[in-house]
Amino acid sequence: MEEQNNSTPVRKGGQTKFLIGGALIIAAIVLLIFTNTKAGAQYFLTVDELKNRQAEMVNRDIRISGAVLGDSIDYDTDNLILRFTVVQVPGDNKEIQALGGLGVVLHNAVMDTSLNRLPVIYEGVMPDLLRNEAQAIMTGYVDETGLFHAEELLLKCPTKYEEAVPEQASEG
Amino acid sequence: MITNIGYGSLIITFVLSLYGIVAAIYGERKNLYRFVESARVAMLLTFPMLTLVALSIITLLVTQHYEVQYVYNTTSQSMPIYLKITALWGGQSGSLVFWAWLMSAFASAVSIRKWSRDRDLLPWVIVVSLVTLAFFLSMIIFFENPFQRFWASPGSREIVAMFQPAGTQLLIPNDGRGLNPLLRHPGMVIHPPMLYLGFVSFVIPFAFGIAALITGRKDDRWIRLTRRWTLVAWMFLSIGLILGSRWAYDVLGWGGYWAWDPVENAALMPWLTGTAFLHSVMIQEKRGLFKRWNMILVILTYSLVIFGTFLTRSGVLSSVHAFAQSAIGPMFFIFIGITFIISLALLIKRWGDLKSEGVMHSLLSRESLFLLNNLLFIGILVVVFWGTVFPLISELLTGQKVTVAAPFYQRSTAPLFAGLLLLMGIAPLSAWGHSTWKTLGKAMWKPGLLSLIVLLGMIISGVHSIGALLGFWLASFAFFITIHEFWRGTKARHKRSGENYLTAFFRLAARNRRRYGGYLIHLSVVLMAIGIIGIEGYQTETQAKLKAGESIQLSGYTVTFKSLAEFDTNDGRNVARAVLDVSKNGKNLGQLYPRRDYFYDSQQPMTIPGVRSTIEDDLYIVLVNWEQISSGSATFKVFHNPLINWLWIGGILLIFGSFVAAWPDQERSLQLERKLASQNSSVVPVSSSD
Repeated sequence: MEEQNNSTPVRKGGQTKFLIGGALIIAAIVLLIFTNTKAGAQYFLTVDELKNRQAEMVNRDIRISGAVLGDSIDYDTDNLILRFTVVQVPGDNKEIQALGGLGVVLHNAVMDTSLNRLPVIYEGVMPDLLRNEAQAIMTGYVDETGLFHAEELLLKCPTKYEEAVPEQASEG
Repeated sequence: MITNIGYGSLIITFVLSLYGIVAAIYGERKNLYRFVESARVAMLLTFPMLTLVALSIITLLVTQHYEVQYVYNTTSQSMPIYLKITALWGGQSGSLVFWAWLMSAFASAVSIRKWSRDRDLLPWVIVVSLVTLAFFLSMIIFFENPFQRFWASPGSREIVAMFQPAGTQLLIPNDGRGLNPLLRHPGMVIHPPMLYLGFVSFVIPFAFGIAALITGRKDDRWIRLTRRWTLVAWMFLSIGLILGSRWAYDVLGWGGYWAWDPVENAALMPWLTGTAFLHSVMIQEKRGLFKRWNMILVILTYSLVIFGTFLTRSGVLSSVHAFAQSAIGPMFFIFIGITFIISLALLIKRWGDLKSEGVMHSLLSRESLFLLNNLLFIGILVVVFWGTVFPLISELLTGQKVTVAAPFYQRSTAPLFAGLLLLMGIAPLSAWGHSTWKTLGKAMWKPGLLSLIVLLGMIISGVHSIGALLGFWLASFAFFITIHEFWRGTKARHKRSGENYLTAFFRLAARNRRRYGGYLIHLSVVLMAIGIIGIEGYQTETQAKLKAGESIQLSGYTVTFKSLAEFDTNDGRNVARAVLDVSKNGKNLGQLYPRRDYFYDSQQPMTIPGVRSTIEDDLYIVLVNWEQISSGSATFKVFHNPLINWLWIGGILLIFGSFVAAWPDQERSLQLERKLASQNSSVVPVSSSD
């Protein structure tokens, strides 16, 4: 530091331009992040939260997850229009764990008719993993009628990764 | 029996690591070198011991010991043997063992190198490596033991335990559940090992950096010692990322290669800091600047490596890659926090020692442009990190979970990547110390002119998108400059030595592998950029339900549905395979076979697209659905992905370039390089002084 203080005025000017240049670039990056975060923000909601705040959430960019109701899956293969219904599941991982894990939560959600449900429409290829008791993670928007238009559809089948005890077991 | 061998070896390795840590510290403090030597032997032994552990798991997997929970969860009888072996990294606990195994291989390799000149660093390199290893081993032993078996007690439930609980009997299932079909892909066989190799080999430069901090060394010895490690780490990480993209493209059937998924981001982040580090160490070597910054970068890279492993394991962010949520998540978090804080504390303690040996003068000097390069890489890192953790931050602050999607990343990173392309063109032409627009302009006007001709050609041929034009122009600018650099070097050598051009070219590259390997990597990045601009800007898609004989058109291609067959295979799949004729402008181009495999054991389907790949574009067809033979119709989704192949071609060149750069120099040319380096430290007017 002292060395820089002792340096000639030319050197000082030389360092200032680096500071200004660096600050400008950092400011540009921060601005880039800030504006794009605002534009690209997506609300992570549960089906319950969406139902409660439906009016203010219409046409907003939403990310939502729910348990797929197997009987509701209706796929129009001519037009590639997929309709199904998802059931409320908690959004919080800890809560899901407390209720016995994702598999249990999804299973109970599908069985429980008192829970909030959300009709979904999706245009495109039906994902391989879409089936009863799968967890659908969707992005899209909800229209005035309460229909969710999914633009992106990801599915998670908990059975795969959860440590379950074998069914077909023999003693040995 | 095998489970006991494996578990026993695991415990022994853990004890060895703990012993190594203690012995190294004790030996260093008390100046008893034999303790350090003994710690070194302990580190050396971790590799054979963990090899035994890995071999035990592989043996269990291959010999179908389904009473072992891990074997049950990741394999089934119908899987081919190579997939049974690779199931070692197909599940949570196995992949942790695999990580530790690779880590021990690198630690052992480090321990057997010659240490004569760097005795003082050795104890601390041992401590950092073994602390990392011991952490992973403790996760395996206490939380994710791969050797746990199923036990049944009469009249009650099954128990999962390592050792036989009282009054129980071993439970042996007939068959396992099988590996997730999505992972049964050649890309998946090598993608995780490459990624892990990249992850663990970054631990080594970090270990040397920390050793340099603790011992109070001010020189760049730690950087020179680990230059090759860093390059190798970077190469493996790059290969891992490219293979992962290729796997996504081949298997996931959505026509893309990168989704900005948290786990993808987790692997990208250490790559970003690693790339910045590779560049900025050169400034320290040549000019003695940025010593603190390099320490920060290597610490960041290490933390991001552990953070990446943590993200995949913790289930804290939802992702298609994430394993089930596990108790080890918080442990990782604590480990990252502690190592990060200790590293920073050491850095602050040595802050004064790591003063730069000079100052920067010129905005256009090489070091200044490298600094800009670092700023942009860190900018991209901040974008990716912000986007990845934004859901957590927003939930913490507002209680409302808000995420950002792919467009956020695309819009935020595109200008930064464009800046990097521009720098890739300019920086190699600038000189250390001082450059002016005049010297730069003189060096770049020819390639610059060529790139403008390309730009003009693109405008005439009907490209209108500003973004694409800018992207292609920057890519061609960097491309021509790099080619021109090769040409200038070759020409100069030809004149000087009288060798013919080809010999001169190869000798040139061989004598300065780091520089020309780096240029090859730059070329590969240009090629990859072309592929990315092509698919991001010009991908088109369509979908239709076709009866046999009907056609669908896209971007000049005509796809005609011929037939569909469903059959069982002897490895436990039901396959539905469509046959399609492809033609372009009336010319027959052959057939494509998109198919859907249904795996009986795991009851999961998998979509495999039919792809016709050329350097110009890919035609990518997904079999979406089909009806019973009676109606004979099927639904297809067709993607047209222009230029995507350049992404993979660039990827292969990148690997080649890394090899060139990392290949050991001959001793003679090394001496020459050192001589030149000492000359270069004074101000030189022209960049191509070597």
